[in-house]
Amino acid sequence: MTPTAAEVALVEEKAQLSREETIRLIQIAKVGHFASAFSCAEILASLYYGVMRLRRGEPDWPDRDRFLFGKGHAAAALYPLLVDWGFFDPEILDGYTRIGNPLGDHPDMSRVPGIDFSSGSLGHALSAGVGMALGGRIDGRDFRVFVLLGDGELNEGQVWEAAMSAAHHETRNLIAIVDRNEYSLDGKVDDVLGIEPVGDKFAAFGWDVHEVDGHDVPSLLGLLRDVAEDGSRDRPAVIIAKTIKGKGVSFMEAELGWHLGYLVPEDEARALAEIRGTA
Amino acid sequence: MSQTSSLHEGSWHLHTVLEQSPGLRMLAETLSDLIDEGHPIVACTADLKYSNGLFRLQDRHPERFLQFGISEQNMVSAAAGLATTGQLPYVATFASFLALLCCEQIRTDVAYPGLPVRLIGHHAGITLGFYGTSHHATEDLAIMRSLAGLAVVAPADGHALAAALRVTIDHPGPIYFRIGRGRDPEVYADGIDFQLGKAIVHGSGSDLTLIATGSSVHPSLEAATRLRERGLSVGVIDVHTVKPLDEEAVLAAAATSRRLMTVEEHSILGGLGGAVAEVLATAGAATPLHRHGIRDEYAVIGPPTHLYRHYRLDADGIVAEVEELLAR
Repeated sequence: MTPTAAEVALVEEKAQLSREETIRLIQIAKVGHFASAFSCAEILASLYYGVMRLRRGEPDWPDRDRFLFGKGHAAAALYPLLVDWGFFDPEILDGYTRIGNPLGDHPDMSRVPGIDFSSGSLGHALSAGVGMALGGRIDGRDFRVFVLLGDGELNEGQVWEAAMSAAHHETRNLIAIVDRNEYSLDGKVDDVLGIEPVGDKFAAFGWDVHEVDGHDVPSLLGLLRDVAEDGSRDRPAVIIAKTIKGKGVSFMEAELGWHLGYLVPEDEARALAEIRGTA
Repeated sequence: MSQTSSLHEGSWHLHTVLEQSPGLRMLAETLSDLIDEGHPIVACTADLKYSNGLFRLQDRHPERFLQFGISEQNMVSAAAGLATTGQLPYVATFASFLALLCCEQIRTDVAYPGLPVRLIGHHAGITLGFYGTSHHATEDLAIMRSLAGLAVVAPADGHALAAALRVTIDHPGPIYFRIGRGRDPEVYADGIDFQLGKAIVHGSGSDLTLIATGSSVHPSLEAATRLRERGLSVGVIDVHTVKPLDEEAVLAAAATSRRLMTVEEHSILGGLGGAVAEVLATAGAATPLHRHGIRDEYAVIGPPTHLYRHYRLDADGIVAEVEELLAR
């Protein structure tokens, strides 16, 4: 179903919020995963503002849709959206990564309202998502479980154990999204440890496979909704979202080194201007 | 299973597990009963439902049994996910795979968020005899004990296991249960007052207290009886909860006994022996401690009963170890 212009505008506005706040938070920490956060900004905004069933201010609502952040190193992109949903106080963002603050580089479910599962060690999230999907099914609840995986994360063997078990148990309420930004720390994923043909791999494991431009909000949002609402599917689904690492900031898109970094003040101003479209 | 009767006691062919492992039978029976009582248990296994007896639970409650196949790490992380939805997962596989292969999943996905996942490491220690080092777990107590927020329980027999499962049903955090192959001789046929973190004192002794856990409790009790017949004053403590350790019971024994000896089917490094040594040293107790178990080595292979003899973990061996200790 094609989203309306207003729905697309809302997602784009929240993606911009995510990027702006990511810049601010990482400047507090003095180091962080800018480029990984930017590649998934539209994915997060689409899920949280166009797909997931959530209740404002009720992060523990039992029937909420679940989100697991496999590539948890991009958590800074999500925290501002959780604040926007009223899950915790905005002031907490100001102390991002400072001693005693609940918000770290990787999300912690015990400390951060709205985080459905802790992550940081790559490869676990899809398994935990399988467990959540099965847990809901045992109780006859109809929440959906969304798992955002990094493309480098697919190098982890446990992802494929989880993929096998999800298909075997027919967890049709489980939807994985691969942020296919093509880079991990040491270089291009396909140079470091190749994952292609990634769609064929998931298909061979028994999943429904879709591909989309992960920054084209009308297509991304439309596909995510269609897949989430598809009641006829008897298997899990994966969406390979083609993205650009560092999307939205030209010098991050151009340079590989931005997986983990820090901005000097001039670059911070440049980055914010580009994100806001005022450059 | 007609071949059962003809099997030597040292044998443990998997088909005989069902008949010869009353302790393991208690696992499925107790959990099935607890499901009947309304607890949201989900039993998870990784292609070992016959080894751990959980096929019996599957028979009674198929909707609360999950088969994960040979993907233990996926199973542990999935159990964590299950727990977040209000289910109470009991994950069972060989202790060697659970505590070693899945250590990181247990640490990061289960213990760190404090989720109420129960980890059942069965066939622990050297009970898988000639299957070899890959299947031995002589490090699991040490590893699991170091994970913050994880309780570690090693029941002495099936009765203790059943009681431990039942008593801890509402425990808010995760628990690692270490059990053997379910053939431990009965210690608690007349019942057990199981309290998490509270050791069971089987008499005190001025000469020696044997501090044992899990499969070593029965042979320690038998060894103590024989040593008493020889005029020695010997006490035994069943430390069924290795963490949180009953420090009070350990220090009381240190105050009344001239010597202490820990007995465990585990490395003497970091397990019960290590835990007791920490307590004694921290309290400044001067009572000498001898740690008995597997030394810093990988166990040789052989049928389990032969290995118990070899490593002096049967009653005869414990008596011999004590005699040597006292002669020093």
